[in-house]
Amino acid sequence: MARVLINVPRTAARGEVITIRTLIQHLMETGYRPDANGVVAPRDIIRRFTCRYDGEVVFQAELSPAIAANPFLSFTTVATRSGVVEMSWEGDNGFAQTETRDLTVT
Amino acid sequence: MDRPMRLSRRGLAALLLPAPALAQGEGRGRPRVVVIGGGFGGASCARALHGHALDVTLVEPNATYTACPFSNAVIAGLRPISAQRFGYDALRAQGIAVVQQAATGVDATARRVRLRDGAELAYDRLVLSPGITLRFEALPGYDAAAAEALPHAWQAGAQTELLRRQLVAMEDGGTVVMTIPANPYRCPPGPYERASLIAHYLKQSKPRSKLIVLDAKDVFSKQRLFEAAWAALYPGLLEYVPLSMGGRVTAVKPGERSVVTDFGDHSGAVVNVIPPQRAGDIAAQAGVADRSGWCPIDPASFESRLVPGVHVIGDAAIAGAMPKSAFAANAQARVCAAAIAGLLRDAPVQPPKLLNTCYSLVAPGYGISVAGVYQPANGLLSDVPGAGGTSPLAAPAAVREAEARYAEDWFETITADAFA
Repeated sequence: MARVLINVPRTAARGEVITIRTLIQHLMETGYRPDANGVVAPRDIIRRFTCRYDGEVVFQAELSPAIAANPFLSFTTVATRSGVVEMSWEGDNGFAQTETRDLTVT
Repeated sequence: MDRPMRLSRRGLAALLLPAPALAQGEGRGRPRVVVIGGGFGGASCARALHGHALDVTLVEPNATYTACPFSNAVIAGLRPISAQRFGYDALRAQGIAVVQQAATGVDATARRVRLRDGAELAYDRLVLSPGITLRFEALPGYDAAAAEALPHAWQAGAQTELLRRQLVAMEDGGTVVMTIPANPYRCPPGPYERASLIAHYLKQSKPRSKLIVLDAKDVFSKQRLFEAAWAALYPGLLEYVPLSMGGRVTAVKPGERSVVTDFGDHSGAVVNVIPPQRAGDIAAQAGVADRSGWCPIDPASFESRLVPGVHVIGDAAIAGAMPKSAFAANAQARVCAAAIAGLLRDAPVQPPKLLNTCYSLVAPGYGISVAGVYQPANGLLSDVPGAGGTSPLAAPAAVREAEARYAEDWFETITADAFA
């Protein structure tokens, strides 16, 4: 499991624009970089990030080898109803991680 | 080929000056060089220019200079602030005109510097060694007033003493928060030395306290040496939070004594905010700073790439691989002075080699260092491959003690070179 930092507000007013921030610790090995022995290290990156809010996809990103290590994503959505915010990262070598946070809308 | 170059370089204004102003030799006809800023770069450069038989005027608003190197030891109570103060009497005594005024503007076409009192100084070549200005606007919530509650202590003097007083006044068990900006900034290893010495003070005097260090980067100078020392000396006391753990500070809340990161707030009894920086104000006024806020220069002569006839040295300059340090400013000062002497006498500028060494204390009697050698390459100052390096990672205590002594010797040497 990679270490993940997540900032989702616990509560929000209905209709409020909320900011969600995530940072996942990942090397994002490009696949173009020779190691100390001159052997090119195979690509190992996160390819896709998806955020579902109460089951609906509200944000999705495709990541590429040019993205730096420990990708940080910040995006907004509108608080419509109380529910689960589910964030998942998928990548090379079968990498998959999902985190959830509860959001209460008042 | 040579003649048209000279015409364009000096400009029409210079050509209209009476001939002796550009002539070599002794006495009143010596070329005039004005140096703005009386820190390590400016004072060293004024002296070196004087050694090249030039007519030198140093412009510095303060009567005494408070040195930043070793000021972290003042914060930790290991050294009096008086040991950091230096005056300009020795420079005056050797024949350098020291004008205690702030420079408020530069007219690079007329080759004149304006001073706060309205006076003007004419020059044939100008050296700017203005150090840094804190970019308060880059950190929402932080400004000069907030710095009176949450000191930066990144320009030595009253701020250094304020941070010291706050640490002394804090109760045992209090939390100290320190924030470190992204590159580039003055003294790359300085924040980590400060964290070490604050941790030392807490360990000695307030052992139930904690230090949280929030950093906008993941990689820093002498990192492995610092981290090994922290693990050995300050386990559980010093918590280091890098960028990848949410360490980047995006705003400051002075009223709550807290700082904001992307993933939460951190509050402390003492909060030391080191904000982002840019070249000292006169650099922008003179037109030598680019959009980055720092000053692009020719790496052999330190002449500005933006304004001919103006040279920039020290923290304000974009010196490529060379860090922003007192040692670097002193080394650049000599190279710049030699280049100016050459340019004023139409001698070719020799490509220089420059040296830098940065010592850091992680505790009293425990010093570590990094050294580098630099030379112009592709228009920038670049590392000479294979030269320099850091202290060994595994080393007996005697090595660390020796490096702590070398650090003190270095400080005595460089302050004597610049001010004594």
